[in-house]
Amino acid sequence: METIKDIINTLTAPEILITLATILLFVSAKYRHVFYTNTVALVLFPAMFVFMAISMFDEDFYLIVTKPDNVPIVGMLFLIPFFTWFSMREAVRNDRRTDSGTPLIEKEETADKVLTWPDLVYTELIAIVLLTVLLVGWSILIPAPLEESANPAATPNPSKAPWYFLGLQEMLVYFDPWLAGVVFPGLIIVGLMAIPYIDTNPKGNGYYTFKERSWEIMTFLFGFLILWVLLVILGTFLRGPNWNFFGPYEYWDTHKLEALVNVDLSDYFWVRLLGMGRPDNILIRESVGFLVVLGYFLIPPMVLARTIFKRFYENLGPARYHIMVFLLLCMASLPIKMVLRWLFNLKYIIGIPEFFFNI
Amino acid sequence: MSKVNPPLRAAKPGEPADAGRRSFFSWMSLAWVSFTASMLAAGTATARFMFPNVLFEPPLTFRAGRPEELQVGIVDERFKDSNQVWLVREGGGIYALSTTCTHLGCTPNWLSAEQKFKCPCHGSGFYITGINFEGPAPRPLERFAISLADDGQLVIDKGRKFQQEKGQWELPGAYLEF
Ligand code: FES
Repeated sequence: METIKDIINTLTAPEILITLATILLFVSAKYRHVFYTNTVALVLFPAMFVFMAISMFDEDFYLIVTKPDNVPIVGMLFLIPFFTWFSMREAVRNDRRTDSGTPLIEKEETADKVLTWPDLVYTELIAIVLLTVLLVGWSILIPAPLEESANPAATPNPSKAPWYFLGLQEMLVYFDPWLAGVVFPGLIIVGLMAIPYIDTNPKGNGYYTFKERSWEIMTFLFGFLILWVLLVILGTFLRGPNWNFFGPYEYWDTHKLEALVNVDLSDYFWVRLLGMGRPDNILIRESVGFLVVLGYFLIPPMVLARTIFKRFYENLGPARYHIMVFLLLCMASLPIKMVLRWLFNLKYIIGIPEFFFNI
Repeated sequence: MSKVNPPLRAAKPGEPADAGRRSFFSWMSLAWVSFTASMLAAGTATARFMFPNVLFEPPLTFRAGRPEELQVGIVDERFKDSNQVWLVREGGGIYALSTTCTHLGCTPNWLSAEQKFKCPCHGSGFYITGINFEGPAPRPLERFAISLADDGQLVIDKGRKFQQEKGQWELPGAYLEF
């Protein structure tokens, strides 16, 4: 038992967990005909339940899972995989139907158009009522956790954002506040709003499919499941006192020591590579970082337009293409910075704390 | 106005010229004036709301006891709650560290076993000197002006702060030789 716990504790370290989840996401999409089937679900979801139930016997696991704050995320652990599995299963079935020329599932269910009123509105009304009942029942059964009155001199340890913001809080570990707290959330919202204007491809409207939109679906799933949901889960269950990482079966020891010493790119370049001191002039000191960041945003769009994104470039036109690639690069910068942190302890690519400008 | 611009239509017999227009304008101006006034009042009330009725802010300058009370290498937390200041005596001197994390402003904890300040919010760590060495904090903790009063007590002035990344820790006042 202890060895299994130790193995799980090790596997849930952020770098391993995020890598494994990404691999799982892409491998399961590749072998979706095998993975997104009823058989797998009938094994997988009960297994998750059993796993949770057995884990409850562990004191530390029990403590975090039953914390009133964390109840919604426990629900999310099951709901999000379920709905991902469900829509992928429908997509796989539909793709098979398109291949064999039989009509799509949606077509078979209702041959003609469904009306907003009354069909949709009634369904929504029922959903609203049920959800309200659920929320009322929940708030009566599990009272909101109130803490002692606020004291600026005593920050609770660990100090966590509301659960839906824990993904952002996790980003703050890798990026400076102005980026992780202002620019990225803004870009996420603006970028999501821009999707319908960038992506005008009518395929997949009103029916499930994977094959026809595989690139778009995988990009979305990666952004949503890995870069948002997984970070929320990580922040909820695996971040403990002093924002250190703790495995699910690990005691939240305030004195846990973790080496988090980080190095700037300018240090790597001037001190370690060239063997000299860092130049005094800020602009010279950070010139490498500026080049890297500029190159990151300028070179890939041009290269991609001639290679793998050639079709996008032709279909979308230059303006929409560049907006799309820019948003994509911003999204990719998060996993890239994470990997750089895990592998090289890289803190800042451009680091000018003198002017609050750190990237 | 009406004297300069002749009325657009001829006055009906018995009706004073321009009566309808004039009363209309006076009603309009009354409406606008009262609208503006109510908006101004609402704006003022909102602005007033931004300033709390009572402010529990300790004075920026405070006395922090005699320097002999501090022990070498020990972080003094007596003024953490009341003034958000740590006093540290090290080797040849004393300095006053701000208890505000330079990342997003949480209050770190002093962990004496590990000899570091550790922030509970995103895990920034600072040496006893205030220098940041781990986690996301971009710069060291700030220091406040420290001096010795005539009666031999320490005086901390939070109005003047010294930032290491700007080279200000070398300036007089950032450090008290003792
Ligand atoms: S506020 Fe201290 S680490 Fe973020």
